[in-house]
This record gives sequence, structure tokens and C-alpha cells, in this order.
Amino acid sequence: MLFRNLLLASLLTVSDPTFVQADERSDARAQVDFGIAVAQKGLWKEAIYRWERASKIDPSYAAAWNNLGIAYEQEGLFAEAREAYEAALDLEPNNIMIQQNYDLFREINDRVQSDR
Amino acid sequence: MTVFKAIASLTLLLTSLACTSLYEIPVETPLEPKLDTTGFQRILIAGFVVGGTDDVDTNLETARLLRSQLRTNSDLDVIDSEVISLITAAEEQADFVPPIRPTPEENNSVNQRLGDADTESSEELSEEDLEAYEQIFSDASYWRQLGEEHQNPLIVTGTIHFAPYERAGMVSREREVYDSLGRRRVVPTRTYQERRGYVLSPTFIFIDGGTGATLYTERHREEILYDARQNTPALSSYFELMDRLLPSFLGTLSNESIRGTRILLR
Repeated sequence: MLFRNLLLASLLTVSDPTFVQADERSDARAQVDFGIAVAQKGLWKEAIYRWERASKIDPSYAAAWNNLGIAYEQEGLFAEAREAYEAALDLEPNNIMIQQNYDLFREINDRVQSDR
Repeated sequence: MTVFKAIASLTLLLTSLACTSLYEIPVETPLEPKLDTTGFQRILIAGFVVGGTDDVDTNLETARLLRSQLRTNSDLDVIDSEVISLITAAEEQADFVPPIRPTPEENNSVNQRLGDADTESSEELSEEDLEAYEQIFSDASYWRQLGEEHQNPLIVTGTIHFAPYERAGMVSREREVYDSLGRRRVVPTRTYQERRGYVLSPTFIFIDGGTGATLYTERHREEILYDARQNTPALSSYFELMDRLLPSFLGTLSNESIRGTRILLR
């Protein structure tokens, strides 16, 4: 009886959407943190891999998209960087840090476009 | 009540700071060269059609400066050769039509109307005059022949106009003021000022030495103005202006990167 109750409780917990979301955010956050640590050591490709995973695990995680935008920019992938920054801003339109990163990126991107 | 509000806002601030994790990180954004130079091993700064003041030998100085910059900032072998006087080369071409210049009488009357300011003398070529010489850049056989002499390099040529310039008007500047207690303040003021300087308008043309075809053209315009009482030599103004556009010139041929910082978020 106790076993059946425990099983039922665990099934209810797993099927709860809020629990799943919290779990996804937690996984994504672990990836973002790892990405930050490696980016600070200059390992940008590994950081991209981590932040891409984070944004797949939790597509509503604005920080993952913001960081991905920075990493793509660092690698010279301008189209990808623009998409990532815009995804971050769609999720958090009032985040001044994301807006600032995006503005700085656009300054460079516009210069590149006008040169070509 | 006020104390409660202050504590509440402090707590809110501390909580928000603790929740938001920001990491400032330096980034270096790479920019690809504007021109694909993979087909070239050598580069020839041939010479330029120059106009404006003759206080500076713009043709020679530009060739020297670009060569030395390319030696340190490009993988291409820089060819050391005599700098061509392209004005002479253009004038020798069969279909050359000289620019229409004012007669000495017309020139004098224009100068008198302008109060004998720094107008170009009849010897100096204006920017409009330089257009008459530009046909040499589309003469593919001329550049092909030059290319053959130097094992088909990438050729850099173009026009350069460097001329005195003056402007008078209201200028914003900061002025120090001290109040009765001796405290210093800086206030913006607008004053009328006469300023003199130079305008540098180069057009760099990149030509394939193998075919004689123009691959890329880049135009710039930079000006610098000083207080009219200041006597700045033309050559130092020229180098100051060239310094501003050199990154763009070098960015045509080799990778450049822009350093900055961004904010990583958690």
C-alpha cells in the first residue's frame, strides 16, 4: 500500500508541468553556467555548444540566447548572432543588458554591411 | 514608516542583485577582409593621381605610408618599385582630354571675389580636375602591362586630393568658472571662431594585375580643423588624416578585429 502511494505520488510529480519546467530551467542553467566558465577561459566553441544546448532544453531562457549571441559574434557569425540576440530580446524586451549587447553588436554589423 | 520603506527598498535591491548574475567579458569580433586576396601573392602600390596643395608630395607619401603599413599588417609581399606619376601617365594617353581650367584673368577675378583666401592656384588640381585623369583606371591594357612587369600583383592606385580648408562659425567649448567660494565649475560656452585645416579625399582603387580589371573601389573624406592662430604643418595634418582611414584601407586586404566588452547573463 505504501509502495503504491509512493509510486502514485512520484507519477503525479513527474507529470506536473510546473515541475518539468523548473527541471528544464535547472538543466539549462547548469549548461549556461558551464558555458560562462569556459567562455571566461576563452573556449568559445565549447561555450557555444553549452548555450545551444541550454536554449534547446529551455527555449524561453533569455540569458542562454543572449550569451549565444555574444559567442556567435566573437566567432564572426553575424547572422546567427543577430537571431540569438533577437530571440533574447523577444523573451525579455525590457532587459537593458541584452539591449546594450544587441546595440553594440548592431554597430559593428551595420559597419560590415555598409563596407560590403 | 520612512525607515520601513528604506529597509524594504534596500532589501529589494539586494535581492535583485543577488538574483541577477552578470559577467562582463572581453570580446574580439573578427571582420573578414572586404576583398578576397587569396589569388595574389604580391601587392604593388603603383602611384596616385593627386591634386590640391603641393606642400606635401601626396603621391610619394601615400605610397610610402601604405607600403610600410602593408608590410606589417598583410601577408602579401609588398613590391618596392618607383612610385609612378600617374598624372603624367594619364596625360600621355592618346584619348586624354585635359580638364577645363579658368584663364589667369578668370582665376584672378575669382580670387579677388573670395578675398584671396586659400583658393587653389592655377597649378593645383581641384577635385573636379582629377576626374579628367580617372579614365586611366579603366585602361585595362595599361594595368595589365604594369602587372606583367611585376608578376601579376594586386595593384593599388587611385586619386588623392589634399587641400587647405577653412571654416568660421560658432564652436562649443568648455570654460572653467569659479564661484564666490572658490569652487570650480566647467560650463559649456559657444564662441565664434575662425578655423583652418585640411581636407583629405582619397579614392583607393584595387586592380587585378593579371587582367587589368578593377576589383574594388573605396572612397574616403576626412577633414581636420585647427584654431586659425595655430600654425600646423601640412605634412602632420596629412598623417593625422591618413591615420583615421588606414584601418579601413587595411581592412580591405586583411582580417581586422574589433575589441569590446559584452555582458553574459545567468
